[in-house]
Amino acid sequence: MNSNSISDAILVSDYIKGNEQSLSVLIKRHQQRLYSFIHSKVYDRDVTEDVFQDTFIKVIRTLKLGKYNEEGKFLPWVMRIAHNLVIDHFRKNNRMPKFNNSGDFDIFSVLSDGALNAEGELVQSQIVEDIRALVEELPEEQKTVLVMRMYNDMSFKEISENTVSINTALGRMRYALINLRKLIETHNIVLTN
Amino acid sequence: MAKIYSEKPLNSNTFIPKSETINFLLNYSKALKVAVYKGLKFESIMN
Repeated sequence: MNSNSISDAILVSDYIKGNEQSLSVLIKRHQQRLYSFIHSKVYDRDVTEDVFQDTFIKVIRTLKLGKYNEEGKFLPWVMRIAHNLVIDHFRKNNRMPKFNNSGDFDIFSVLSDGALNAEGELVQSQIVEDIRALVEELPEEQKTVLVMRMYNDMSFKEISENTVSINTALGRMRYALINLRKLIETHNIVLTN
Repeated sequence: MAKIYSEKPLNSNTFIPKSETINFLLNYSKALKVAVYKGLKFESIMN
């Protein structure tokens, strides 16, 4: 069967079942549109390349973790991920440290790249695992909203389109955070680097 | 005759990611494994 005639939904389903070739078809099918979309926002080839890569990394992780639930709307979903990553890129740029090159200027105060050392990375991965385990202990409805918001990058408006009203979603998110804090206190977990 | 100052438009075919990027994504996908243990999902990258 010609791969061009297979719908996105079927390719996604095949990929989730383990057919890696389906991902290749999906990427090739949508690469130009997605790449142009990102470039139209950032106007930089290198940044476009990075955002494109990060977008598909997120797509791959979401599909492999079984969190994808937008059947038949693959491209809009991917575009939304790319859009969010473009926003993240601009936010990050605004936070770039600036310095006045005058007086007692210390070059080492701006040379640090913020990267973690080996120990820092271990602690960081432990924190991520601890948080995942804590999220699993939340009541189902709070967990669903939190996962959609934090792990699937969905806005509260999008969450309200799929499940409950926006106010309910906001309320559940609030209680999810309160309960997470309680769980952290109860288990005496330290979540700092 | 007046000079026309215009940029040559980019060929739309150039608006695709580098092959290295695509290969990285396909290899990343093959390497990423998700294991489920007691309801928790664990990701690992296999070389």
